[in-house]
Amino acid sequence: MRQRLWIAYLLHRLSGLLLVLFLPFHFYVLSLAVRDSERLDTFLALTGQPLVKFAEFGLVFLLAVHLFGGLRIMALEFLAWNETQKTLAAASIAISFAVATLFLLRAI
Amino acid sequence: MLDLRLYMIQRISALIMVPLVIGHLALMIYAIQGGLTAGEILSRTQGSWFWFAFYGLFVLAVSVHGAIGFRVICHEWLGLRQGLGLLTWSFAGGLAALGLYAVVAVT
Repeated sequence: MRQRLWIAYLLHRLSGLLLVLFLPFHFYVLSLAVRDSERLDTFLALTGQPLVKFAEFGLVFLLAVHLFGGLRIMALEFLAWNETQKTLAAASIAISFAVATLFLLRAI
Repeated sequence: MLDLRLYMIQRISALIMVPLVIGHLALMIYAIQGGLTAGEILSRTQGSWFWFAFYGLFVLAVSVHGAIGFRVICHEWLGLRQGLGLLTWSFAGGLAALGLYAVVAVT
């Protein structure tokens, strides 16, 4: 159990770090809308490619893991749940969330 | 955590972002149908106060939330002790500036 909790902590921290490092790039690309919309269209055309779909899958996964890991932490801090319930709940929701979203994104 | 106030702001900004993240993902699922172009994005967002408010709030919340998280990582993993305040403020400021520029660019 202690090992799994450590993994949960590490996943949460690493997913947050990767997401926050991705953001400046994301904001830069969007700002091309006003500065150079042709370049933006070039970037957007890239989103059809499998490698980009895979990267999108990665980002959605990181987001799901981070969001539900965070909700798990707040449930721990503010609700009278026990440990196993919370970990299982977060894990199952994260997986189903990621799968459902990815299916809808047609990245699979 | 380094400071109770940062801790609470971290959690509050996270709660603010839960509906914003869900909304953003829902929009992305809708928007990518049939391919994505700058024109399509702009036709939806340009001149819209709603999207300006939505993404403006999102950018501010994530700048704060990410900067505090980054601060904690720098302290716990890099052993940084001096200049944490400066690090946090400049990270938050940089992210917010880039993000708000992008929000204004599309709205």
